[in-house]
Amino acid sequence: MAEFEPQIIAFACNWCTYAAADLAGTSRVQYPPNVYIARVMCSGMINPDYVLRAFERGADGVIVAGCKYTDCHYIDGPVKCDAMFAKLKRLVHTLGLEDERLRREMISTSEGTVFARVVEEFVDQLKKLGPSPFSALRREEVAV
Amino acid sequence: MNLEDIIQETKTYYCLECGKCTSVCPVARYDPSFSPRAIIEDALLGFEDVLVFNQKLFSCLTCYTCQQRCPCDVDFPIFIRQARAIAQDNGQHGIYAHSGQLQSLARLMTSPDIKQRRLEWLSKEYRISDDSDVLFWVGCAPYFEPVFEDIEFRALDITEASLRILNFFGIEPKLLPDEKCCGHDVLWTGDVETFKSLAEHNTKLIKEAGVKKIIFSCPEGYRTFKLDYPNHGFSVDCELQHISEFLAEKIEKGEAKFNWIDKKVTYQDPCRLGRHLGVYDAPRKVLGSIPGVEFLEMEHSGWDSICCGTSAFTNCDSYSNMIRTERLSEAASTGAQMLITSCPKCQIHFRCAMVDKGEEKRVMPKIEVMDLVNLVANALGGDK
Repeated sequence: MAEFEPQIIAFACNWCTYAAADLAGTSRVQYPPNVYIARVMCSGMINPDYVLRAFERGADGVIVAGCKYTDCHYIDGPVKCDAMFAKLKRLVHTLGLEDERLRREMISTSEGTVFARVVEEFVDQLKKLGPSPFSALRREEVAV
Repeated sequence: MNLEDIIQETKTYYCLECGKCTSVCPVARYDPSFSPRAIIEDALLGFEDVLVFNQKLFSCLTCYTCQQRCPCDVDFPIFIRQARAIAQDNGQHGIYAHSGQLQSLARLMTSPDIKQRRLEWLSKEYRISDDSDVLFWVGCAPYFEPVFEDIEFRALDITEASLRILNFFGIEPKLLPDEKCCGHDVLWTGDVETFKSLAEHNTKLIKEAGVKKIIFSCPEGYRTFKLDYPNHGFSVDCELQHISEFLAEKIEKGEAKFNWIDKKVTYQDPCRLGRHLGVYDAPRKVLGSIPGVEFLEMEHSGWDSICCGTSAFTNCDSYSNMIRTERLSEAASTGAQMLITSCPKCQIHFRCAMVDKGEEKRVMPKIEVMDLVNLVANALGGDK
């Protein structure tokens, strides 16, 4: 049987983490191909529902990533994101999801290698955990 | 289900186009583009596309005010619910409050593999028993906890107060660690498939639990169990009771002794408990039996009461906020210090309106919003 390959959705902010992922690519840093990156303009705009829908569509893990506090293009995006993430974490905890399936990262533009390392680490972790408890819901078309 | 079936089911063909529905509709009062009469007219003329792609379909509060005034007994709320189901089938998923996360939660709960951690808040202070005949339905309260933190609303306060009341009357209820969302919100947004899956799970769980009575602190769960489960072919075969009815029963038997609470209060009838199920007297009886509480009735009360402005977490816009502000002003104008309601969602919406004053920086009336069970729990005091 083929080894379980987790699917990861990363919500990455346009200015830092997305650029870091781009840098990882252009500098030929190797990392597992399990991650799907969704670019958003700011980590402060990530809505709890985005993450819930990612799980509904069959993601095994979700990364919510953006700028560091001092790098934000919109002044306080990461602060908003932190507030959202704290609530979201409690929400999915009550739902019965393992806490490790949700990660909050702050990766700056120049940190391509950090991005690669985070993805590597996360894939290893998810391989140990196995498929998400919501994987039974995995459907092609989900209400948008 | 197609448009023709809905028309037959809800007797829409009786419509006289008198427009009474639109004239009493709390949404149409503020939002000139929403009209129940026009929506019915679209349906009767066979314009299915116009109906389905009408974004205003998700503005209806399904509060049953229109159905009560209708001279021909057209069941408009059910018509809207079924039309939303058609809209969902056509890829029109509507507009949701809180970006739809509460509906997403309900859909995620349908997964058979999840092990919820929904009773982590439960402390030793509350006596529960697994062999009890009485089940207390916790509902969405553990999920509301993080979502509504910002508006200083703690849904579990209502749950805890209910448990205190039940314990006070010598009932040690059973709580289900695996219960799922009752499906109210997904049903009223037209997602019947998810609703059925949740209903199947819940009815199976309750049958296995072998209880004789279920007590609800939320009118939406109560309505769903009482009317919607049987209508969709799921039955739980037990007595269902809202906590206000339970309290009224105890007061009638003379078992309740309340402490003095010096407050002027008024009461908001939740549409699910009031117009949907006809429970108007029980909460008033409870309020009337607490010594010191002066009960003041609002201008619109009982069957004539006005909805809190959003239901099933569908569309919540500035018009909804206007409905709320107006209702809060009405409550404050009675001279009451407290607005008592028996629905957690009414409380959420009112508190939200008080926090979000809108662009125009509305001046909010000074009134405290509280659930009936919290007031009763305070009146019971710490003894016994």
